[in-house]
Amino acid sequence: MKFIFWGEPIVIGNKQLITIKGTRDGLTLYIDDSCSFDEVLQELEQVLSTKYTDKNDPLITVTVQLGNRYLHKNQEEELKEIIRKKNKLVVQSIESNVITKEQALKWKEESDIKVINKIVRSGQVFEVKGDLLLIGDVNPGGKIMASGNIFVLGSLRGVAHAGFYGNRESVIVASYMQPSQLRIADMISRSPDYESDGVYMECGLIDEEKSKIVIDRLQVLSQKRPDLNGFERRILNG
Amino acid sequence: MGEAIVITSGKGGVGKTTTTANLGTALALLEKKVCLIDTDIGLRNLDVVMGLENRIIYDIVDVVKKRCKLNQALIKDKRFECLYLLPAAQTSDKSEVTPEGMEEIISELKQDYDYILIDCPAGIEQGYKNAVAGADKAIVVTTPEKSSVRDADRIIGLLEQEDVDPPHLIVNRIRNHMVKNGDMLDVDEIVQILSVELLGIVADDDEVIKASNHGEPVAFQPNTRASIAYRNIARRILGESVPLLSLEDEKGMFSRVKKFFGMKS
Ligand SMILES: Nc1ncnc2c1ncn2[C@@H]1O[C@H](COP(=O)(O)OP(=O)(O)OP(=O)(O)O)[C@@H](O)[C@H]1O
Ligand SMILES: [Mg+2]
Repeated sequence: MKFIFWGEPIVIGNKQLITIKGTRDGLTLYIDDSCSFDEVLQELEQVLSTKYTDKNDPLITVTVQLGNRYLHKNQEEELKEIIRKKNKLVVQSIESNVITKEQALKWKEESDIKVINKIVRSGQVFEVKGDLLLIGDVNPGGKIMASGNIFVLGSLRGVAHAGFYGNRESVIVASYMQPSQLRIADMISRSPDYESDGVYMECGLIDEEKSKIVIDRLQVLSQKRPDLNGFERRILNG
Repeated sequence: MGEAIVITSGKGGVGKTTTTANLGTALALLEKKVCLIDTDIGLRNLDVVMGLENRIIYDIVDVVKKRCKLNQALIKDKRFECLYLLPAAQTSDKSEVTPEGMEEIISELKQDYDYILIDCPAGIEQGYKNAVAGADKAIVVTTPEKSSVRDADRIIGLLEQEDVDPPHLIVNRIRNHMVKNGDMLDVDEIVQILSVELLGIVADDDEVIKASNHGEPVAFQPNTRASIAYRNIARRILGESVPLLSLEDEKGMFSRVKKFFGMKS
């Protein structure tokens, strides 16, 4: 395999709008964030055609760094379209330092932990975006849902659904676990048909190897879900 | 100003009517002025259990529809001067009673009576809504069965949305030998799940059925297990702290029975 390095910046005219860096993982395009979007497109066409490579080369993944520029969905598409035309290039991601207020609020909501102090009784459904810390019980017939993780400081005897937008990394933790059902993302597990006692201080999570929800001591989480730790997780998830 | 207490359960047949009749009788024995209201339109029972069926002239729908005065519809008990019943209608349409109508009746009764006990129909529909509309407090009755506890939990959740104090619990029809064998939920478990305060427990007692059939609530009898239990509950309603008797339960649940009124400990 041949490695190509684009060390030197490409200069067109007197100002360079696009800088290309190559690494083992592919290309990164740094796009100047003060010029107009049209200029970017124009220059991108030229830059990519000048730097075109051999037919036998493997596919190269491209990361686009927009700096402080915000792109609409259709602008992103235009950008991707130009890159895609060069048939050895695939866009892996487009990254920007800026997001809209709307996205920011959504992000905040989904990464927040909501602290709720109540008993979720039979027939009640309680749903939050983000993580849920319930101080209280979920009684048989009650249901709690979170788009993130669920922590119950109390007895979980009803149904808990974590990661309901599809996050399979989500976990369900309870001081006392005797649920009638645990659901994580699109997986469901139910309690056995025979009478069984609950367990203390346990967690439910998806075991990808067994492809099912397992219940385990909550101490295993530090190994199996190291990302649960604090703030970085939220930034990363965003 | 009196207080209105609704007696409810969600599930049918767990003993709401029996409890209403007996607590009414027990409070009357303690010389309180009590009015019982049957809100189970179409399936009235309270008059039968109290042995007052033959005295009914007007009923609650007549009062709501202003076909008679409230006083005209009230039936005085056979045994007590201070105990009255407002019977349910047997034939009318349920929708003729409204929460507003109930509130009006109850606020009028509160002027004259110490306690107004409201016998709620089973279910969580219109009848339930009418029954809780004018209530200040609520007693939830359950039997030691899973389905009954599940419904009690549902009702407690609904009561939390109403303008009533946190409900208190009566566990009815306990059979000690079944609890001991683990064939019945024990009171501890029930209280733990429902996490409300326990007002009392009543044993499953044939005397209850016999007494109801004679139209004379069991609480009137001097010393059956159930009558003692009901009279103790009545005293707790008045604010006394009465320990659970060994007859009621062998485990000594004293610490869990709090005063129904007054201080929260
Ligand atoms: N402690 C008890 N011991 C024995 N029998 C009881 C006891 N409590 C209630 N019962 C019996 O259970 C039956 C149902 O009681 P009751 O009519 O009071 O229930 P309810 O909750 O009012 O029913 P509904 O929902 O139909 O109004 C009656 O036959 C009654 O005599
Ligand atoms: Mg009844």
